[in-house]
Amino acid sequence: MTGTMTEAAGAARGPAAGAVTREMSMQQAINAALRTVLEQDPDTLVFGEDVGALGGVFRVTDGLQRDFGAERVFDTPLAESAIVGMAVGLAMNGWRPIPELQFDGFAYPAVDQIVNQLARMHYRSRGAAPMPVTLRLPSFGGIQAPEHHGESLEALFAHVPGLKVCAPSDPQDAYRLLVQSVRCDDPVVYMEPKARYWERRPVDTAAGAGDMPVGRSRVLRPGRHATLVAWGAMVHRCLQAAEYAAEDGVELEVVDLRWLKPIDAEGLAASVSRTRRAVVVHEAPLTAGLGAEVGSLVTERAFGALAAPVERVAGFDVPYPAGPLEPQYLPTIDRILSAVQRTLEYERP
Amino acid sequence: MTTPSPTPAGPDPHPGFGPDLARRCYREMLTARRIDEEAIALQRQGVFPAYVSLRGQEAAQVAGAAALDAERDFAFPTYREMGVALALGVDMVGYMASHRALWHGGLYDPMASRFSSLNAVVGGPVPHAVGWAVGERLRGGTGCAMAYFGDGASSEGDIHEAMNFAAVYRAPVVFFCQNNRWALSVPNERQVAGGSVAARAQGYGMPGTAVDGNDAAAVHRATAQALERARAGQGPSLIEALTYRVEPHSTSDDTSRYRDAEEERAWRDRDPLTLLRARMEADGSGDAAFFEQAEQEARKRAEAVRDGVSTAPEPDGTDLFAHVFREPTEELARQQRVWYEEVRP
Repeated sequence: MTGTMTEAAGAARGPAAGAVTREMSMQQAINAALRTVLEQDPDTLVFGEDVGALGGVFRVTDGLQRDFGAERVFDTPLAESAIVGMAVGLAMNGWRPIPELQFDGFAYPAVDQIVNQLARMHYRSRGAAPMPVTLRLPSFGGIQAPEHHGESLEALFAHVPGLKVCAPSDPQDAYRLLVQSVRCDDPVVYMEPKARYWERRPVDTAAGAGDMPVGRSRVLRPGRHATLVAWGAMVHRCLQAAEYAAEDGVELEVVDLRWLKPIDAEGLAASVSRTRRAVVVHEAPLTAGLGAEVGSLVTERAFGALAAPVERVAGFDVPYPAGPLEPQYLPTIDRILSAVQRTLEYERP
Repeated sequence: MTTPSPTPAGPDPHPGFGPDLARRCYREMLTARRIDEEAIALQRQGVFPAYVSLRGQEAAQVAGAAALDAERDFAFPTYREMGVALALGVDMVGYMASHRALWHGGLYDPMASRFSSLNAVVGGPVPHAVGWAVGERLRGGTGCAMAYFGDGASSEGDIHEAMNFAAVYRAPVVFFCQNNRWALSVPNERQVAGGSVAARAQGYGMPGTAVDGNDAAAVHRATAQALERARAGQGPSLIEALTYRVEPHSTSDDTSRYRDAEEERAWRDRDPLTLLRARMEADGSGDAAFFEQAEQEARKRAEAVRDGVSTAPEPDGTDLFAHVFREPTEELARQQRVWYEEVRP
């Protein structure tokens, strides 16, 4: 591979190892991260439905089969359970598999292999069989896709002992979190926010993950009146909400959780200790969603600082709807700002 | 379906099953039988909460596994493959520890043993075998994966997905179905549409062979051929070893509610140990002294396993947390502190 590239060729062609900052979309950034790990670790394998010649339905794996060969980047038959089951077996033979399930809703046919096998094999074998598997899962809604293409499964996977779960919110973090996930010796469900695939931002492919521990959140925007907590595509929406709030003089801090298991409880507590109010925002249905976990962690760790109950702004407890209703299902900026307002106006009874 | 067919007479149909192999298989089948009997006794004594017997399936398990190369092959069992474990040299106290409920996956090292951890999801380990085999081929290795499942599991989607994957990738896998005719309480007729698991191989473009699972020589020969084919890069095969679960599904089961005792008796008469012994006596590969010695050794080994598993220490509470992650999380460490301070005996 050559060291020269244009922005347009972008992530699909460039060497990932070089220290290069360039503008790329999240989908290109994930491609670059896959290149990085395929180059640096000969045990990595990329496989799934249509990831080879096609380069994936979102072109995330564009050019990888061409550049790394059909042995390390290959198509599978269409069966999610066997894709994950095969990853378990490959890991038992010393590989570091990076399987893709094409869409969130199609993870359900693989739940037995994910929950009963992938997540437990290390435990069942008392540590003899490590499972360094990164399960890539294009996730969340917002692209007016058919049924089963807009689901948010983070609470399901975060609930499973033995799994780690993350969801990046921008191209730089998508690169970093994927490299970090692949290097992690535990199974990681890496949830890609489809709605953010095409937004272009500068990405430093030398900003490796080596110095960043798993499970750290980040403050994307500092503020002093309330903390918005989000992950994946909702981070962007929270940043937008914070812009609007700023026009009214309300300074919102935006915490990108990044890791949904383990959750950065200390980071959450530190932010809320400063702002004294928290609103957690997610696409998944409200009931038993991860917002409940965030609210509980904040309450346990920063109860004394809280000036109002933790608010949750989430999807409704309904099946994920078709396109025209998506905007009414997903947390809106107005709903986020209303929740902020409630926390600001809250008075103890 | 209930009447077992007799082994056909005539010239030896399995010339590869020589005296040494016959003696090895007999010794290990008998040892598995005696361990099995000790295990049932331990359950009656309350040492095991429950147990799943392999009685009647010793030939299918031991003679098939005897074709494996423990240096390079890898077996993926469910939970009734004690005879396979024995044949592969798995630490049997560690294996039986699973039945004493000391650790679900057993206390043996599955990677060093080339025998994956016991798995209670029937069908679940079969895709693992395919992945392992694909990985072996990618690595340039010559090992084969052996995937164990039963007639009940043959209904699971994972089995079909795995066979299709293996055939698409021409992966070195042997799908080994022990059809013991009863999936807990449901007979073949209401489990296996079409009546044959082996016939399903045709749909995946691979060889499918039904063998008399109580005939050690037949099982060994079919397995050796399938392994040879896989090792030569010719892809996967399916073997259906026709056998019978003469004991209940588990010690918690009651067969009188669903099957005829006469059927059990008929199959007990086709005991794989009896059949192999008769064959060895006929061809001279085993004499009275051999069988006596095999009996003594089997009993001694079974008693040692019994004593070992009965006295094995219970797991320490720290084991709750020790193997969840390779890279432990702060939250789990916090929960372990809760255990340490509030629960630890």
